[in-house]
Amino acid sequence: MNSYFQLIARHRVLASSLFLMIFPFIMPYEALAINILIFGLFAMGFNLLFGYMGLLSFGHAAFLGIGSYLTGIGIVHYSLPWGTAILIGVIGAALGGLIMGFLAIRTRGIYFSMVTLALGQIVFYGFYKAESLTGGENGLRGVRVDSFNIFGIPVDFLNPLAKYYIILFFVVIAIWLISRILNSPLGAVMEAIRENEKRAAACGFDVTRTKLLVFVLSAAICGLAGSLRALHLSIVPIDSLHYLQSGQAVMMSILGGMGTFFGPFVGAAVMLYLEDVVTTFTKHWMAVIGLVFMFFVLFFPKGIWGTILSKLNIDQDSK
Amino acid sequence: MTGLTFELLCMQLLTGIALGSIYALLALGLCLIFGMLNVVNFAHGAFFMVGAFMGVYFLGLTGNFWFSLILTPIVTGGLGLLTERFLVRPLYGRGIDYPLLLTFGLSYVLIEAMRVAFGIEGLPSVTPDSLKGSLDVGIGFFPKYRLFLIAATAMIILAVWFFIQKTKYGLIIKAGAADQEIVKVLGIDIAKVWLLVFGLGCAIAGLSGILASPTRSVNPEMGIPILAESFVVTVVGGMGSPVGAVVAGLLVGVVYSMTSLFFPDLSELSIFVLMAVVLLIRPQGLFGKAGAMG
Repeated sequence: MNSYFQLIARHRVLASSLFLMIFPFIMPYEALAINILIFGLFAMGFNLLFGYMGLLSFGHAAFLGIGSYLTGIGIVHYSLPWGTAILIGVIGAALGGLIMGFLAIRTRGIYFSMVTLALGQIVFYGFYKAESLTGGENGLRGVRVDSFNIFGIPVDFLNPLAKYYIILFFVVIAIWLISRILNSPLGAVMEAIRENEKRAAACGFDVTRTKLLVFVLSAAICGLAGSLRALHLSIVPIDSLHYLQSGQAVMMSILGGMGTFFGPFVGAAVMLYLEDVVTTFTKHWMAVIGLVFMFFVLFFPKGIWGTILSKLNIDQDSK
Repeated sequence: MTGLTFELLCMQLLTGIALGSIYALLALGLCLIFGMLNVVNFAHGAFFMVGAFMGVYFLGLTGNFWFSLILTPIVTGGLGLLTERFLVRPLYGRGIDYPLLLTFGLSYVLIEAMRVAFGIEGLPSVTPDSLKGSLDVGIGFFPKYRLFLIAATAMIILAVWFFIQKTKYGLIIKAGAADQEIVKVLGIDIAKVWLLVFGLGCAIAGLSGILASPTRSVNPEMGIPILAESFVVTVVGGMGSPVGAVVAGLLVGVVYSMTSLFFPDLSELSIFVLMAVVLLIRPQGLFGKAGAMG
């Protein structure tokens, strides 16, 4: 059992890609699988900042929303090709991350959480008020992607399975990127900052710049998740920008296991699956999710994946 | 701008102070809990919401506003006591993030609980009969209820100030916030003090909920934006400073109402912009101590 986990951990990008290839066949329907894929990516991007560097942001919905809206606006109002629209979404989210990060990293601890939450609300009201572009309260409708050709093979974006694999393509690139970041010296500095910021600074690392860089990277990944979500839903709901959405990223990371590579994905899968199951017999799924989350915070702070790893005594470096 | 008179400006200022009173109360509750327990209560907005529901419910039940004004903080305060004792207490010593996350989960549960109890539409808000209508304040007519709101808030803030500054319990609370070890050595059960402070903070949140209820719609989601706004107040005032909480609360209320007079489209944004400006100039907030924001 233990050696299995070691093997997965060593080849985590390959392992997760292979698993995600068969994932839609495990799930009850493809739309849920796509949703998990997108929110898994969102939570992974968030976890880069929270789990690996110890900064609890409550404003990451801003990046999901910026990514979604810019991609949607590009397609709806400017008829851009969807690839370009994704690129704009990601760049926009990264720029948003640069501005928000610049302001927020001046503060620490709980203060950081409050500031990111409040800055996220600025983005919320900004898009909410720009009604002619964003549709305001009703959200942005009509983000349609028509059929297109990849190397001469026609692909129908409305086919759920085809959509899943197209989105997976982007998600795998992002997972590879996250893995590379974590294995690089930057990843080591991030964990050093999480463990002891002052000591990291004393070792000669530029703590402020590292924080800002990781904030921007995290924002860009969450922006990608947002862009993909706009394509998936073909509308952009205004809720994407809400801080409860930021809270979802936090919940997913904690449920799965913060600071672990697969944890956020596991958390997203469990939470969305749970939501899917619970809604079939009660409309009060929020209460169930809230209770499950509180239970984990109280009794399993390492989350599902983190608890499995620590039960199996997996080496902390290869998680 | 046409029709802008000195009277209109004063009226808008007064409206801002009434709005700011609610913010000041909320931030004061947050600040009490944070200053003592080092916990940011993410369910504070939810307690505010529960307070509003309880207020309207008790008012409908008893027909007496004053009665529900007493009953509501007892209910939310009691909820706060239970929360501290059974949910937050096991998490002390596990760092700053866990109580925050727990109370965030709790806010989900409280929102749903109110949906189950009162439906998703919420309740129609009621102004007590004796506080309906307007009063001539010299420069024009101002809603009676808002004047009451300002007076009630001032009284509550004074009462809290008196409690903290002039009573034996307040002395213990202040000592506990400064150095819990010494307080323990003196033979005082610090766990009881924490319990009390958390309950007090939640009672104030509930009280601000019922006070705010006649001025806004009472629905399960009403605590969501207000939490973000009370964080803005806390950031502007300076984390853990009660004076900062009150001053910044009023300031945020006035900025909001002045912006809605001149640039109605930007009113929601204005307070967040205020926060960004304060952060750039004084990252620790107006009344915060440098280094005390960790």
